[in-house]
Amino acid sequence: MIELYLFLVFTIIAAIVATEIKDLLAAVISLGAVGFSVAIIFVLIQAPDLAIVQIVIEVLTIVIFVAVILRTTHIDETIGKKLSGTHIFSIVLYAVFALLFLIVIFRSFQEMPDFGNPIMRVASEYIRLGLPQTGGANIVADVILDFRALDTLGEATVLFTAVIGVVALMRKSGRKK
Amino acid sequence: MIVFVSCIILFLIGLYAVVTKRNLIKIAIGFALIEYAINLFFALVGFKRGALAPIITRLDTPHNFVDPIPQALVLTAIVIALGTTALMLTIILRIYSHYKTFDIAEIKKLRG
Repeated sequence: MIELYLFLVFTIIAAIVATEIKDLLAAVISLGAVGFSVAIIFVLIQAPDLAIVQIVIEVLTIVIFVAVILRTTHIDETIGKKLSGTHIFSIVLYAVFALLFLIVIFRSFQEMPDFGNPIMRVASEYIRLGLPQTGGANIVADVILDFRALDTLGEATVLFTAVIGVVALMRKSGRKK
Repeated sequence: MIVFVSCIILFLIGLYAVVTKRNLIKIAIGFALIEYAINLFFALVGFKRGALAPIITRLDTPHNFVDPIPQALVLTAIVIALGTTALMLTIILRIYSHYKTFDIAEIKKLRG
């Protein structure tokens, strides 16, 4: 599993570059590097459905980001400015929260099953009943389209609402100048 | 364990961008990083060492699959992440066309 660790380290480095670089286009390209290495990690941990969806969604995300940046500006002019009081306060607040969060997460990781040994109490039922009850060979597709179909309906509702919001904000006619 | 901790580090980098950055595009990038971190964490929780992808190809052998439920949940979450990111960037575009800046301190100053 050495390649998994390599890609995780690469993901963290690309994320730091994406947050700290001055050129916004370069930041978005670093975000794309994070997303595609996440897709490769999905392949490595035996999740091909997730990898396919992640690649498609990543391409669309980068296209939307680049479209916004090309219509506006690609220089982050806030980097290098003098720190204001609220800015320093937010950094302190973040540091305190990150410390508390790490303490809580380390305590809760003691209770979790180790990496590579999931509990799979519900999943074993789905794997046993997937093919006989739904007729689908892909268990992930069985879960999202049959066992948890209402969850997928909710997802479609959220996506539809988001698309309505985008269309309403981007429309040309009916806007007051 | 160290795999989960690296996911949490990715989450904290995204949270750092959301909380402390003053550029709206950087804040949107931070939200995207948080989404990747959570999706990756869920998918890694369901990983089983030596198991195959949850697709039935042979009926005669016993099934040895990774956990399919986190994968199904993350599949939903990835698609929703695209919708929220698109809506967020559209609002950012409208803010820029009104204020001509991405700096949230300037946007606060120019109210009215």
